[in-house]
Amino acid sequence: MSTQVLAPERAESTSGESGRFGPYGGRYVAETLIAPLEELWEAYLRFRDDPSFRAELERDLADYVGRPSPLYHAERLSRENGGAQILLKREDLNHTGAHKINNTVGQALLAKRMGKRRIIAETGAGQHGVATATVAARLGLRCVVYMGALDVERQKPNVYRMRLLGAEVVPVESGSKTLKDALNEALRDWVSNVSDTFYLIGTVAGPHPYPTIVRDFNAVIGREARAQMLARFQRLPDAVVACVGGGSNAIGIFHAFLADEGVALYGAEAAGEGLSTGRHAASLVAGRPGVLHGAMSYLLCDEDGQVKETHSISAGLDYPGVGPEHAWLKDSGRAQYLGVSDEEALEAFHRLARTEGILAALESSHAVALALRLARELPRDAMILVNLSGRGDKDVNTIARLEGLVL
Amino acid sequence: MKGDQRIDRRFAELAAAGRKALIPFVTAGDPDPEQVVPLLHALVGAGADLIELGVPFSDPMADGPVIQRSSERALARGVNLAQVLEWVRVFREGDQETPIVLMGYLNPVECFGAARFARACASAGVDGVLLVDCPLEESAPYRSALDAVGVHQILLAAPTTRGARREALARAARGFLYYVAFAGVTGADRLDPVALAEELADWRRLLAVPLAVGFGIKTAGDAAAVAAHADAVVVGSALVETLSRADEPVAAAAAFLRPLRAALDARSDAAAGLPA
Repeated sequence: MSTQVLAPERAESTSGESGRFGPYGGRYVAETLIAPLEELWEAYLRFRDDPSFRAELERDLADYVGRPSPLYHAERLSRENGGAQILLKREDLNHTGAHKINNTVGQALLAKRMGKRRIIAETGAGQHGVATATVAARLGLRCVVYMGALDVERQKPNVYRMRLLGAEVVPVESGSKTLKDALNEALRDWVSNVSDTFYLIGTVAGPHPYPTIVRDFNAVIGREARAQMLARFQRLPDAVVACVGGGSNAIGIFHAFLADEGVALYGAEAAGEGLSTGRHAASLVAGRPGVLHGAMSYLLCDEDGQVKETHSISAGLDYPGVGPEHAWLKDSGRAQYLGVSDEEALEAFHRLARTEGILAALESSHAVALALRLARELPRDAMILVNLSGRGDKDVNTIARLEGLVL
Repeated sequence: MKGDQRIDRRFAELAAAGRKALIPFVTAGDPDPEQVVPLLHALVGAGADLIELGVPFSDPMADGPVIQRSSERALARGVNLAQVLEWVRVFREGDQETPIVLMGYLNPVECFGAARFARACASAGVDGVLLVDCPLEESAPYRSALDAVGVHQILLAAPTTRGARREALARAARGFLYYVAFAGVTGADRLDPVALAEELADWRRLLAVPLAVGFGIKTAGDAAAVAAHADAVVVGSALVETLSRADEPVAAAAAFLRPLRAALDARSDAAAGLPA
């Protein structure tokens, strides 16, 4: 199944080969970064089709990440909820506990082959930072992770994890001191150290070629899941559901199904305290096209074009932008994006824990919540595939705090 | 305005006089939104040939800490693009000669609307627009809107710009080309005027427009050393930092700029064989 670890679907206008997804994407960066982005793209094109690179990636995905991840039929959850059957693609069982490692393993191999000795990354909740520190440790590369100062405070265990793995974590004090500012600071580091540094972006946002590269490294999720559906049920799912912050796990599972017209694609965005409150992070549902971090895409900004601060119970969805391919999938109608509130996500977290014995990440709980909502409108023999993109251990403190407990 | 572009005219005058252009950068609305126009006039009085006026943005990814904080302060005081354009209009009532280049990031322009922005620039008296995160490949929609009203889109070049891209940039450049002195963010301590000389000479051979150099130029000595190999020098972070600490920013701006002006003129006079 996994002999094609890198077989990007090349459907026109969603390929990203040109850096554009319809009108979205592009390379909106300062001139200094054009050359390193071009160098990265050329290296990626060269290694993507190189048999030894593919073999190394495939081996790492199998032996280090633990792929393929299981497809699990959540029978009790489905029965209790009523309606369609819910199937979970268990990315939470990957090494480091989330889909993020698919991309960091791939990009780190790329960095090594490009001769870069230093890796930088941005992180919000710390999951991408941990996944980056992990692969940097394994390959013996220096690793610097930028993290908003507020997130450093909120996510202390992950900060410590990164340090245990040998990474330097730099708190970012500018702007709103969250993920978007960490991205700004990582871009500033990169522009200052272009010759020896590889910027390992964690989501399908940023300037071309990142949305394409990060998608290709995560597309293994959907390819496996599609093959697992066919092998086990001899059919494709009626719908695929994933949470969308920057959008890497969603693109990862959507991509193999883009050409399957009978498969509906749904993205769950963080509606936070409610779309009407303004305290949310639903860029596709409630934003407008704009330019941030090198790409044209949907964006939460005020009428003057200043980027807004966002809110979500889940730090991994707390980002005002979104990957440009999602913007295109929304406009083209191929995927639908809906808001899921903090409250709904929490309820889904608890239901999955109680009925299936799985603690899902709060990010992934948004996808579970949307799947439960959709399932109730469908017959019992319908099937909904959910990307369970990460495990919830990191969120235990947050949830305890909401319930008035201090662990 | 076309055919009588203030930037082109100013550089032609300077070239004829054998002088180098001094281009200060200030963030619009920092340190004091009430004093933007007097500040601009003071810069001209102290020897500015052109002025770069920064449009504050929430995510200034190419800027170092000094301009980041300046941008944050301006935003906290409610500065927006419409307000910046209004300040330029008022400045123009007292100064019809000094070119103004707006410098900022794309999203505020995108939200304002490219065509509406271009018209507003022309009517306020803006002469050039430099959008940091809008490289040549992405510039077409903005350039055509600005071209239509006679406002130059100013392009950046960098030490990482190589090969055929240099020629493409040189061909596309209007008004002047802004060369980023090192791979880094604004205000960093990485300026090496000696190492720059050869690179700048290569660019000047390619260019039909003047060459300005910015990033990391902080002192009169830096300005004079870089100006030996360029047509203009841009001074931003060092000025913004000075203003942020000054009790009287307008006076401080003039006091900061005068020595730089003197250093540039001393080297022009020396080059022309005039007594210093």
